[in-house]
Amino acid sequence: MNAFFTLVARDLRLAYRRKAEVLSALFFFVVVAALFPLAIGPEAAMLRQIGPGVLWVGALLASILSLPRLFENDWRDGSLEHLMLSPHPLGLLVLGKICSHWLVSGLPLVALAPVLGLQFDLPLDVLGMLSLSLLLGTPVLSCIGAMGAALTLGVRGGGVLIALLVLPLFVPVLVFGAGAVQAMQSGLGAQAHVSILLAMLLPAVFFSPWACSAALRIALE
Amino acid sequence: MRWETWSDFWFMGGYGLYVWGSMGMTALLLLLEIWQARVAHMNALALARTEHSLEQT
Amino acid sequence: MTMRWFYYAAPQTFYGLAGRLWPWLAAIALALTMAGLWVGFGLAPTDAQQGEGYRIIFVHVPASWMSMVIYLSMAFWSVLGLTFNTRLSGMMTRALAPTGAMFAFLSLWTGALWGKPMWGAWWVWDARLTSELILFFLYLGYMALTSAIDDVRRADRAGALIAIVGAINVPIIYFSVKWWNTLHQGASVSLTRSPSMAQLMLWGMLLMALAMWAYTLAIVCYRVRTLIIERERHTDWVQALPEVAGVKA
Repeated sequence: MNAFFTLVARDLRLAYRRKAEVLSALFFFVVVAALFPLAIGPEAAMLRQIGPGVLWVGALLASILSLPRLFENDWRDGSLEHLMLSPHPLGLLVLGKICSHWLVSGLPLVALAPVLGLQFDLPLDVLGMLSLSLLLGTPVLSCIGAMGAALTLGVRGGGVLIALLVLPLFVPVLVFGAGAVQAMQSGLGAQAHVSILLAMLLPAVFFSPWACSAALRIALE
Repeated sequence: MRWETWSDFWFMGGYGLYVWGSMGMTALLLLLEIWQARVAHMNALALARTEHSLEQT
Repeated sequence: MTMRWFYYAAPQTFYGLAGRLWPWLAAIALALTMAGLWVGFGLAPTDAQQGEGYRIIFVHVPASWMSMVIYLSMAFWSVLGLTFNTRLSGMMTRALAPTGAMFAFLSLWTGALWGKPMWGAWWVWDARLTSELILFFLYLGYMALTSAIDDVRRADRAGALIAIVGAINVPIIYFSVKWWNTLHQGASVSLTRSPSMAQLMLWGMLLMALAMWAYTLAIVCYRVRTLIIERERHTDWVQALPEVAGVKA
Protein backbone atom coordinates (compact mmCIF):
# COMPACT_ATOMS: atom_id res chain seq x y z
CA MET A 1 0.00 0.00 0.00
CA ASN A 2 2.92 2.19 0.83
CA ALA A 3 4.25 1.63 -2.65
CA PHE A 4 0.95 2.87 -4.06
CA PHE A 5 1.12 6.19 -2.24
CA THR A 6 4.80 6.65 -2.92
CA LEU A 7 4.19 6.17 -6.62
CA VAL A 8 1.25 8.57 -6.69
CA ALA A 9 3.24 11.19 -4.81
CA ARG A 10 6.18 10.77 -7.17
CA ASP A 11 3.98 11.10 -10.24
CA LEU A 12 2.30 14.20 -8.84
CA ARG A 13 5.68 15.75 -8.17
CA LEU A 14 6.83 14.95 -11.71
CA ALA A 15 3.64 16.35 -13.19
CA TYR A 16 4.16 19.52 -11.19
CA ARG A 17 7.58 19.89 -12.75
CA ARG A 18 6.15 19.40 -16.23
CA LYS A 19 3.18 21.68 -15.86
CA ALA A 20 3.08 22.60 -19.51
CA GLU A 21 2.01 19.12 -20.64
CA VAL A 22 -0.83 18.98 -18.16
CA LEU A 23 -2.01 22.50 -18.77
CA SER A 24 -2.04 22.15 -22.53
CA ALA A 25 -4.64 19.37 -22.35
CA LEU A 26 -6.80 21.52 -20.09
CA PHE A 27 -6.35 24.46 -22.40
CA PHE A 28 -7.51 22.24 -25.23
CA PHE A 29 -10.70 21.55 -23.29
CA VAL A 30 -11.34 25.25 -22.85
CA VAL A 31 -10.71 25.99 -26.50
CA VAL A 32 -12.91 23.19 -27.79
CA ALA A 33 -15.77 24.31 -25.57
CA ALA A 34 -15.43 27.79 -27.04
CA LEU A 35 -15.26 26.58 -30.63
CA PHE A 36 -18.75 25.15 -30.72
CA PRO A 37 -20.69 28.34 -29.99
CA LEU A 38 -18.46 30.09 -32.49
CA ALA A 39 -19.28 27.54 -35.15
CA ILE A 40 -22.94 26.96 -34.43
CA GLY A 41 -24.11 30.38 -33.28
CA PRO A 42 -24.76 32.11 -29.98
CA GLU A 43 -28.47 31.44 -29.63
CA ALA A 44 -28.98 30.62 -25.96
CA ALA A 45 -31.67 27.99 -26.26
CA MET A 46 -29.62 25.96 -28.67
CA LEU A 47 -26.45 26.32 -26.63
CA ARG A 48 -28.28 25.03 -23.60
CA GLN A 49 -29.30 22.00 -25.60
CA ILE A 50 -25.87 21.15 -26.96
CA GLY A 51 -23.93 22.26 -23.88
CA PRO A 52 -23.82 18.98 -21.95
CA GLY A 53 -22.83 16.99 -25.02
CA VAL A 54 -20.19 19.45 -26.15
CA LEU A 55 -18.62 19.65 -22.71
CA TRP A 56 -18.60 15.90 -22.31
CA VAL A 57 -17.01 15.37 -25.71
CA GLY A 58 -14.46 18.07 -24.97
CA ALA A 59 -13.56 16.40 -21.68
CA LEU A 60 -13.29 13.06 -23.47
CA LEU A 61 -10.95 14.42 -26.13
CA ALA A 62 -8.85 16.23 -23.55
CA SER A 63 -8.54 12.93 -21.67
CA ILE A 64 -7.35 11.18 -24.78
CA LEU A 65 -4.77 13.90 -25.37
CA SER A 66 -3.22 13.25 -21.99
CA LEU A 67 -3.08 9.46 -22.35
CA PRO A 68 0.24 8.98 -24.16
CA ARG A 69 1.92 10.66 -21.24
CA LEU A 70 0.70 8.01 -18.83
CA PHE A 71 3.46 5.48 -19.39
CA GLU A 72 5.64 7.09 -22.01
CA ASN A 73 7.97 9.15 -19.85
CA ASP A 74 8.62 6.31 -17.46
CA TRP A 75 9.17 3.94 -20.32
CA ARG A 76 11.71 6.22 -21.97
CA ASP A 77 13.92 6.63 -18.95
CA GLY A 78 13.67 2.99 -17.91
CA SER A 79 11.79 3.46 -14.67
CA LEU A 80 8.84 1.54 -16.04
CA GLU A 81 10.96 -1.57 -16.33
CA HIS A 82 12.12 -1.05 -12.77
CA LEU A 83 8.54 -0.81 -11.64
CA MET A 84 7.72 -4.02 -13.44
CA LEU A 85 10.66 -5.84 -11.90
CA SER A 86 9.91 -4.65 -8.40
CA PRO A 87 8.47 -7.07 -5.83
CA HIS A 88 5.27 -5.06 -5.57
CA PRO A 89 2.26 -6.36 -7.49
CA LEU A 90 2.25 -4.66 -10.88
CA GLY A 91 -1.51 -4.20 -10.73
CA LEU A 92 -1.17 -2.04 -7.63
CA LEU A 93 1.53 0.09 -9.22
CA VAL A 94 -0.50 0.50 -12.39
CA LEU A 95 -3.47 1.55 -10.30
CA GLY A 96 -1.21 4.14 -8.72
CA LYS A 97 -0.23 5.51 -12.10
CA ILE A 98 -3.85 5.62 -13.26
CA CYS A 99 -4.77 7.38 -10.03
CA SER A 100 -2.13 10.06 -10.39
CA HIS A 101 -3.04 10.48 -14.05
CA TRP A 102 -6.65 11.09 -13.11
CA LEU A 103 -5.72 13.51 -10.35
CA VAL A 104 -3.66 15.52 -12.78
CA SER A 105 -5.72 15.23 -15.97
CA GLY A 106 -9.25 14.20 -14.99
CA LEU A 107 -9.99 16.08 -11.80
CA PRO A 108 -9.15 19.50 -13.30
CA LEU A 109 -11.68 18.78 -16.04
CA VAL A 110 -14.30 18.17 -13.35
CA ALA A 111 -13.46 21.56 -11.83
CA LEU A 112 -13.26 23.42 -15.14
CA ALA A 113 -16.45 22.05 -16.69
CA PRO A 114 -18.99 24.02 -14.62
CA VAL A 115 -17.12 27.22 -15.39
CA LEU A 116 -17.29 26.45 -19.09
CA GLY A 117 -20.90 25.40 -18.62
CA LEU A 118 -21.72 29.00 -17.81
CA GLN A 119 -20.83 29.82 -21.41
CA PHE A 120 -23.66 27.57 -22.44
CA ASP A 121 -26.16 29.21 -20.13
CA LEU A 122 -26.68 26.06 -18.11
CA PRO A 123 -28.45 26.45 -14.76
CA LEU A 124 -26.74 25.67 -11.48
CA ASP A 125 -28.25 22.27 -10.80
CA VAL A 126 -27.35 21.12 -14.29
CA LEU A 127 -23.80 22.31 -13.74
CA GLY A 128 -23.75 20.30 -10.55
CA MET A 129 -24.80 17.17 -12.40
CA LEU A 130 -22.20 17.93 -15.06
CA SER A 131 -19.49 17.88 -12.42
CA LEU A 132 -20.85 14.77 -10.78
CA SER A 133 -21.09 12.85 -14.03
CA LEU A 134 -17.56 13.88 -14.98
CA LEU A 135 -16.36 13.00 -11.49
CA LEU A 136 -17.68 9.49 -11.95
CA GLY A 137 -16.88 9.22 -15.65
CA THR A 138 -13.34 10.57 -15.98
CA PRO A 139 -11.81 7.85 -13.77
CA VAL A 140 -13.38 5.26 -16.07
CA LEU A 141 -11.86 7.10 -19.03
CA SER A 142 -8.47 7.01 -17.32
CA CYS A 143 -8.82 3.29 -16.60
CA ILE A 144 -9.80 2.34 -20.14
CA GLY A 145 -7.39 4.81 -21.68
CA ALA A 146 -4.50 3.48 -19.63
CA MET A 147 -4.92 0.14 -21.34
CA GLY A 148 -4.79 1.81 -24.72
CA ALA A 149 -1.68 3.71 -23.66
CA ALA A 150 0.00 0.53 -22.45
CA LEU A 151 -0.73 -1.33 -25.68
CA THR A 152 0.66 1.42 -27.87
CA LEU A 153 3.87 2.13 -25.95
CA GLY A 154 6.51 3.28 -28.36
CA VAL A 155 4.39 2.59 -31.40
CA ARG A 156 4.33 4.93 -34.39
CA GLY A 157 1.31 7.16 -34.70
CA GLY A 158 0.79 6.92 -30.94
CA GLY A 159 -1.74 9.61 -30.09
CA VAL A 160 -4.14 9.04 -32.97
CA LEU A 161 -3.83 5.28 -32.62
CA ILE A 162 -4.80 5.48 -28.95
CA ALA A 163 -7.81 7.58 -29.90
CA LEU A 164 -8.90 5.05 -32.52
CA LEU A 165 -8.53 2.18 -30.07
CA VAL A 166 -10.11 3.78 -27.09
CA LEU A 167 -12.94 5.96 -28.45
CA PRO A 168 -15.30 3.07 -29.25
CA LEU A 169 -14.79 1.82 -25.71
CA PHE A 170 -15.56 5.28 -24.31
CA VAL A 171 -18.99 5.39 -25.90
CA PRO A 172 -20.96 3.89 -22.97
CA VAL A 173 -19.38 6.36 -20.56
CA LEU A 174 -20.20 9.24 -22.89
CA VAL A 175 -23.77 8.08 -23.39
CA PHE A 176 -24.54 7.82 -19.70
CA GLY A 177 -22.41 10.77 -18.62
CA ALA A 178 -23.87 13.26 -21.06
CA GLY A 179 -27.22 11.55 -20.65
CA ALA A 180 -27.19 12.23 -16.93
CA VAL A 181 -26.74 15.93 -17.54
CA GLN A 182 -29.46 16.02 -20.16
CA ALA A 183 -31.81 14.09 -17.90
CA MET A 184 -31.22 16.68 -15.21
CA GLN A 185 -31.88 19.40 -17.74
CA SER A 186 -35.19 17.97 -18.84
CA GLY A 187 -36.27 17.42 -15.27
CA LEU A 188 -36.46 13.64 -15.60
CA GLY A 189 -33.94 12.98 -12.84
CA ALA A 190 -30.56 11.40 -13.39
CA GLN A 191 -30.71 8.70 -10.74
CA ALA A 192 -30.50 5.83 -13.19
CA HIS A 193 -27.66 7.38 -15.18
CA VAL A 194 -25.61 8.03 -12.07
CA SER A 195 -26.16 4.48 -10.87
CA ILE A 196 -24.95 3.13 -14.16
CA LEU A 197 -21.91 5.39 -14.14
CA LEU A 198 -21.08 3.99 -10.74
CA ALA A 199 -21.71 0.50 -12.05
CA MET A 200 -19.13 1.18 -14.75
CA LEU A 201 -16.66 2.83 -12.41
CA LEU A 202 -16.28 -0.05 -9.98
CA PRO A 203 -15.45 -2.81 -12.48
CA ALA A 204 -13.22 -0.41 -14.42
CA VAL A 205 -11.13 0.34 -11.35
CA PHE A 206 -11.08 -3.33 -10.49
CA PHE A 207 -10.22 -4.85 -13.86
CA SER A 208 -8.17 -2.25 -15.63
CA PRO A 209 -4.99 -2.63 -13.51
CA TRP A 210 -5.06 -6.29 -14.45
CA ALA A 211 -5.60 -5.58 -18.15
CA CYS A 212 -2.97 -2.83 -18.11
CA SER A 213 -0.39 -5.11 -16.47
CA ALA A 214 -1.01 -7.67 -19.19
CA ALA A 215 -0.68 -4.94 -21.81
CA LEU A 216 2.55 -3.62 -20.28
CA ARG A 217 4.04 -7.09 -20.20
CA ILE A 218 3.12 -7.53 -23.84
CA ALA A 219 4.66 -4.19 -24.71
CA LEU A 220 7.85 -4.58 -22.78
CA GLU A 221 9.10 -8.10 -23.05
CA MET B 1 -40.24 -17.44 -62.54
CA ARG B 2 -41.18 -14.29 -60.66
CA TRP B 3 -40.05 -11.84 -63.27
CA GLU B 4 -41.76 -11.38 -66.58
CA THR B 5 -38.82 -9.78 -68.34
CA TRP B 6 -35.20 -8.91 -67.65
CA SER B 7 -36.05 -5.24 -67.39
CA ASP B 8 -38.58 -6.09 -64.68
CA PHE B 9 -35.79 -7.82 -62.84
CA TRP B 10 -33.46 -4.84 -63.03
CA PHE B 11 -36.26 -2.43 -62.16
CA MET B 12 -37.04 -4.46 -59.02
CA GLY B 13 -40.42 -2.81 -58.45
CA GLY B 14 -38.85 0.64 -58.33
CA TYR B 15 -36.22 -0.32 -55.80
CA GLY B 16 -33.60 -1.16 -58.37
CA LEU B 17 -31.09 1.43 -57.22
CA TYR B 18 -31.19 0.23 -53.63
CA VAL B 19 -31.30 -3.50 -54.22
CA TRP B 20 -28.63 -3.52 -56.90
CA GLY B 21 -26.61 -0.93 -55.03
CA SER B 22 -26.49 -3.39 -52.17
CA MET B 23 -25.90 -6.53 -54.18
CA GLY B 24 -23.36 -4.74 -56.32
CA MET B 25 -21.32 -3.45 -53.39
CA THR B 26 -21.41 -6.91 -51.82
CA ALA B 27 -20.16 -8.55 -54.98
CA LEU B 28 -17.54 -5.86 -55.47
CA LEU B 29 -16.12 -6.16 -51.95
CA LEU B 30 -16.09 -9.94 -52.04
CA LEU B 31 -14.23 -9.96 -55.34
CA LEU B 32 -11.81 -7.31 -54.11
CA GLU B 33 -11.14 -9.32 -51.00
CA ILE B 34 -10.51 -12.51 -52.93
CA TRP B 35 -8.21 -10.68 -55.34
CA GLN B 36 -6.33 -9.01 -52.51
CA ALA B 37 -5.91 -12.35 -50.71
CA ARG B 38 -4.49 -13.89 -53.87
CA VAL B 39 -2.06 -11.03 -54.45
CA ALA B 40 -0.88 -11.24 -50.85
CA HIS B 41 -0.34 -14.97 -51.23
CA MET B 42 1.67 -14.55 -54.43
CA ASN B 43 3.80 -11.90 -52.74
CA ALA B 44 4.42 -14.18 -49.76
CA LEU B 45 5.49 -16.99 -52.07
CA ALA B 46 7.80 -14.63 -53.96
CA LEU B 47 9.29 -13.51 -50.68
CA ALA B 48 9.84 -17.10 -49.60
CA ARG B 49 11.49 -17.87 -52.94
CA THR B 50 14.01 -15.07 -52.52
CA GLU B 51 14.96 -16.68 -49.21
CA HIS B 52 15.31 -19.90 -51.09
CA SER B 53 17.61 -18.45 -53.72
CA LEU B 54 19.62 -16.66 -51.06
CA GLU B 55 20.13 -19.97 -49.36
CA GLN B 56 21.21 -21.63 -52.58
CA THR B 57 24.01 -19.16 -53.20
CA MET C 1 -8.48 -35.55 -28.08
CA THR C 2 -6.38 -32.64 -26.82
CA MET C 3 -3.32 -34.05 -28.59
CA ARG C 4 -5.23 -33.90 -31.84
CA TRP C 5 -6.04 -30.19 -31.37
CA PHE C 6 -2.49 -29.30 -30.52
CA TYR C 7 -1.29 -31.25 -33.51
CA TYR C 8 -3.12 -28.84 -35.78
CA ALA C 9 -1.91 -25.89 -33.75
CA ALA C 10 1.47 -26.22 -35.39
CA PRO C 11 1.71 -24.00 -38.46
CA GLN C 12 3.20 -26.78 -40.53
CA THR C 13 0.29 -29.16 -40.06
CA PHE C 14 -2.33 -26.44 -40.25
CA TYR C 15 -0.88 -25.30 -43.55
CA GLY C 16 -1.61 -28.68 -45.07
CA LEU C 17 -5.06 -28.92 -43.52
CA ALA C 18 -6.08 -25.44 -44.62
CA GLY C 19 -4.74 -26.15 -48.08
CA ARG C 20 -7.01 -29.14 -48.45
CA LEU C 21 -10.01 -27.41 -46.91
CA TRP C 22 -10.29 -24.07 -48.61
CA PRO C 23 -11.15 -25.22 -52.13
CA TRP C 24 -14.03 -27.29 -50.77
CA LEU C 25 -15.24 -24.46 -48.59
CA ALA C 26 -15.10 -22.08 -51.54
CA ALA C 27 -17.09 -24.50 -53.68
CA ILE C 28 -19.68 -24.90 -50.92
CA ALA C 29 -19.86 -21.13 -50.55
CA LEU C 30 -20.45 -20.71 -54.26
CA ALA C 31 -23.15 -23.38 -54.34
CA LEU C 32 -24.92 -21.93 -51.30
CA THR C 33 -24.73 -18.44 -52.78
CA MET C 34 -26.35 -19.54 -55.98
CA ALA C 35 -29.01 -21.46 -54.08
CA GLY C 36 -29.64 -18.50 -51.80
CA LEU C 37 -29.89 -16.03 -54.64
CA TRP C 38 -32.18 -18.37 -56.53
CA VAL C 39 -34.52 -18.66 -53.57
CA GLY C 40 -34.24 -15.00 -52.69
CA PHE C 41 -34.69 -13.50 -56.10
CA GLY C 42 -36.34 -16.29 -57.99
CA LEU C 43 -38.78 -17.84 -55.58
CA ALA C 44 -39.43 -15.57 -52.60
CA PRO C 45 -42.64 -13.55 -52.93
CA THR C 46 -43.04 -9.79 -52.99
CA ASP C 47 -43.43 -8.23 -49.58
CA ALA C 48 -46.81 -6.65 -48.79
CA GLN C 49 -45.34 -3.46 -47.30
CA GLN C 50 -41.88 -3.16 -48.77
CA GLY C 51 -42.42 -4.43 -52.28
CA GLU C 52 -39.28 -5.72 -53.90
CA GLY C 53 -37.04 -3.49 -51.82
CA TYR C 54 -36.96 -5.93 -48.92
CA ARG C 55 -34.71 -8.26 -50.90
CA ILE C 56 -31.72 -6.38 -49.55
CA ILE C 57 -32.34 -8.52 -46.49
CA PHE C 58 -30.64 -11.41 -48.27
CA VAL C 59 -27.28 -9.72 -47.93
CA HIS C 60 -27.92 -7.28 -45.10
CA VAL C 61 -28.84 -9.71 -42.34
CA PRO C 62 -26.22 -12.36 -43.19
CA ALA C 63 -23.53 -9.66 -43.35
CA SER C 64 -24.57 -8.31 -39.95
CA TRP C 65 -24.56 -11.76 -38.43
CA MET C 66 -21.14 -12.51 -39.87
CA SER C 67 -19.68 -9.23 -38.61
CA MET C 68 -20.66 -10.22 -35.08
CA VAL C 69 -19.75 -13.91 -35.36
CA ILE C 70 -16.34 -13.04 -36.75
CA TYR C 71 -15.65 -10.61 -33.94
CA LEU C 72 -16.54 -13.25 -31.37
CA SER C 73 -14.28 -15.71 -33.18
CA MET C 74 -11.47 -13.18 -33.01
CA ALA C 75 -12.02 -12.87 -29.28
CA PHE C 76 -12.09 -16.66 -28.95
CA TRP C 77 -8.79 -17.12 -30.79
CA SER C 78 -7.33 -14.24 -28.81
CA VAL C 79 -8.15 -15.88 -25.50
CA LEU C 80 -6.67 -19.13 -26.78
CA GLY C 81 -3.57 -17.37 -28.02
CA LEU C 82 -2.90 -15.50 -24.80
CA THR C 83 -3.53 -18.63 -22.73
CA PHE C 84 -1.53 -21.16 -24.71
CA ASN C 85 0.87 -18.79 -26.40
CA THR C 86 0.33 -20.42 -29.79
CA ARG C 87 1.48 -18.57 -32.88
CA LEU C 88 -1.42 -19.84 -34.96
CA SER C 89 -4.05 -18.12 -32.80
CA GLY C 90 -2.62 -14.72 -33.63
CA MET C 91 -2.63 -15.59 -37.31
CA MET C 92 -6.25 -16.74 -37.18
CA THR C 93 -7.31 -13.50 -35.51
CA ARG C 94 -5.41 -11.41 -38.04
CA ALA C 95 -6.88 -13.41 -40.91
CA LEU C 96 -10.41 -12.92 -39.61
CA ALA C 97 -10.25 -9.17 -39.07
CA PRO C 98 -10.39 -7.81 -42.65
CA THR C 99 -13.34 -10.04 -43.53
CA GLY C 100 -15.15 -9.01 -40.36
CA ALA C 101 -14.53 -5.35 -41.11
CA MET C 102 -15.82 -5.86 -44.64
CA PHE C 103 -19.03 -7.46 -43.40
CA ALA C 104 -19.53 -4.70 -40.86
CA PHE C 105 -19.14 -2.13 -43.63
CA LEU C 106 -21.55 -4.07 -45.86
CA SER C 107 -24.03 -4.23 -43.03
CA LEU C 108 -23.92 -0.46 -42.72
CA TRP C 109 -23.95 0.15 -46.47
CA THR C 110 -26.81 -2.22 -47.28
CA GLY C 111 -28.63 -0.98 -44.20
CA ALA C 112 -28.42 2.57 -45.46
CA LEU C 113 -29.68 1.52 -48.88
CA TRP C 114 -32.55 -0.30 -47.21
CA GLY C 115 -33.30 2.55 -44.86
CA LYS C 116 -33.52 5.25 -47.49
CA PRO C 117 -36.57 3.90 -49.35
CA MET C 118 -38.21 2.47 -46.22
CA TRP C 119 -37.61 5.11 -43.55
CA GLY C 120 -36.72 8.00 -45.78
CA ALA C 121 -33.29 8.40 -44.21
CA TRP C 122 -29.85 7.07 -45.10
CA TRP C 123 -28.96 6.89 -41.43
CA VAL C 124 -30.75 6.90 -38.09
CA TRP C 125 -29.26 6.63 -34.63
CA ASP C 126 -31.00 3.36 -33.94
CA ALA C 127 -29.32 1.20 -31.29
CA ARG C 128 -28.37 -1.50 -33.75
CA LEU C 129 -26.99 0.81 -36.41
CA THR C 130 -24.94 2.75 -33.91
CA SER C 131 -23.56 -0.40 -32.30
CA GLU C 132 -22.69 -1.81 -35.71
CA LEU C 133 -20.89 1.42 -36.55
CA ILE C 134 -18.86 1.13 -33.37
CA LEU C 135 -18.16 -2.52 -34.13
CA PHE C 136 -16.73 -1.36 -37.44
CA PHE C 137 -14.50 1.07 -35.55
CA LEU C 138 -13.39 -1.73 -33.24
CA TYR C 139 -12.31 -3.74 -36.27
CA LEU C 140 -10.42 -0.76 -37.66
CA GLY C 141 -8.75 -0.22 -34.30
CA TYR C 142 -7.56 -3.83 -34.19
CA MET C 143 -6.18 -3.63 -37.71
CA ALA C 144 -4.51 -0.29 -37.06
CA LEU C 145 -2.86 -1.55 -33.88
CA THR C 146 -1.55 -4.78 -35.36
CA SER C 147 -0.16 -3.06 -38.41
CA ALA C 148 1.48 -0.28 -36.39
CA ILE C 149 3.56 -2.60 -34.21
CA ASP C 150 6.61 -3.93 -36.00
CA ASP C 151 7.34 -6.94 -33.84
CA VAL C 152 4.92 -9.60 -35.02
CA ARG C 153 4.54 -11.46 -31.74
CA ARG C 154 3.97 -8.28 -29.79
CA ALA C 155 1.49 -7.10 -32.40
CA ASP C 156 -0.42 -10.37 -32.17
CA ARG C 157 -0.64 -10.22 -28.39
CA ALA C 158 -1.56 -6.55 -28.27
CA GLY C 159 -4.24 -7.17 -30.88
CA ALA C 160 -5.50 -10.14 -28.88
CA LEU C 161 -5.93 -7.98 -25.80
CA ILE C 162 -7.80 -5.25 -27.64
CA ALA C 163 -10.00 -7.84 -29.36
CA ILE C 164 -10.95 -9.35 -26.02
CA VAL C 165 -11.64 -6.01 -24.36
CA GLY C 166 -13.66 -4.93 -27.38
CA ALA C 167 -15.70 -8.13 -27.30
CA ILE C 168 -16.60 -7.55 -23.66
CA ASN C 169 -17.63 -4.06 -24.57
CA VAL C 170 -19.91 -4.89 -27.48
CA PRO C 171 -22.93 -5.84 -25.33
CA ILE C 172 -22.27 -2.84 -23.09
CA ILE C 173 -22.14 -0.53 -26.08
CA TYR C 174 -25.33 -2.03 -27.47
CA PHE C 175 -27.14 -1.67 -24.16
CA SER C 176 -25.98 1.88 -23.59
CA VAL C 177 -26.94 2.99 -27.08
CA LYS C 178 -30.34 1.31 -26.72
CA TRP C 179 -30.85 3.22 -23.49
CA TRP C 180 -29.78 6.44 -25.11
CA ASN C 181 -31.96 5.81 -28.08
CA THR C 182 -35.14 4.95 -26.18
CA LEU C 183 -34.72 7.96 -23.95
CA HIS C 184 -34.42 10.25 -26.94
CA GLN C 185 -37.21 8.93 -29.11
CA GLY C 186 -35.58 8.14 -32.40
CA ALA C 187 -36.48 5.74 -35.15
CA SER C 188 -40.13 5.08 -35.65
CA VAL C 189 -39.66 1.82 -37.47
CA SER C 190 -37.91 -1.13 -35.94
CA LEU C 191 -35.40 -3.04 -37.98
CA THR C 192 -36.59 -6.41 -36.79
CA ARG C 193 -38.84 -8.33 -39.05
CA SER C 194 -41.78 -10.09 -37.53
CA PRO C 195 -40.98 -13.72 -36.71
CA SER C 196 -43.72 -14.92 -39.01
CA MET C 197 -41.60 -14.29 -42.08
CA ALA C 198 -42.57 -16.00 -45.27
CA GLN C 199 -40.85 -19.40 -45.41
CA LEU C 200 -39.03 -18.69 -48.62
CA MET C 201 -37.71 -15.36 -47.36
CA LEU C 202 -36.34 -17.09 -44.29
CA TRP C 203 -34.78 -19.83 -46.36
CA GLY C 204 -33.16 -17.34 -48.68
CA MET C 205 -31.68 -15.52 -45.76
CA LEU C 206 -30.39 -18.67 -44.09
CA LEU C 207 -28.84 -19.96 -47.30
CA MET C 208 -27.03 -16.66 -47.82
CA ALA C 209 -25.88 -16.66 -44.20
CA LEU C 210 -24.44 -20.16 -44.56
CA ALA C 211 -22.85 -19.10 -47.84
CA MET C 212 -21.12 -16.18 -46.16
CA TRP C 213 -20.00 -18.45 -43.36
CA ALA C 214 -18.47 -20.92 -45.78
CA TYR C 215 -16.87 -18.04 -47.67
CA THR C 216 -15.38 -16.67 -44.45
CA LEU C 217 -13.93 -20.06 -43.51
CA ALA C 218 -12.48 -20.44 -46.98
CA ILE C 219 -10.86 -17.03 -47.11
CA VAL C 220 -9.54 -17.32 -43.56
CA CYS C 221 -7.93 -20.67 -44.35
CA TYR C 222 -6.37 -19.11 -47.43
CA ARG C 223 -5.14 -16.04 -45.55
CA VAL C 224 -3.67 -18.06 -42.70
CA ARG C 225 -1.65 -20.01 -45.26
CA THR C 226 -0.33 -16.71 -46.59
CA LEU C 227 0.58 -15.58 -43.07
CA ILE C 228 2.28 -18.89 -42.35
CA ILE C 229 4.44 -18.56 -45.44
CA GLU C 230 5.30 -14.97 -44.57
CA ARG C 231 6.23 -15.72 -41.00
CA GLU C 232 7.79 -19.14 -41.34
CA ARG C 233 9.59 -18.65 -44.62
CA HIS C 234 12.98 -19.22 -43.01
CA THR C 235 12.09 -22.72 -41.90
CA ASP C 236 13.12 -25.84 -43.74
CA TRP C 237 9.64 -27.13 -44.27
CA VAL C 238 8.51 -23.94 -46.02
CA GLN C 239 11.60 -23.88 -48.18
CA ALA C 240 10.89 -27.48 -49.12
CA LEU C 241 7.31 -26.74 -50.23
CA PRO C 242 6.78 -27.35 -53.93
CA GLU C 243 5.31 -23.88 -54.48
CA VAL C 244 8.49 -22.33 -53.04
CA ALA C 245 11.27 -24.67 -54.11
CA GLY C 246 9.71 -26.01 -57.26
CA VAL C 247 10.17 -22.89 -59.38
CA LYS C 248 12.92 -23.49 -61.86
CA ALA C 249 15.53 -20.73 -61.97
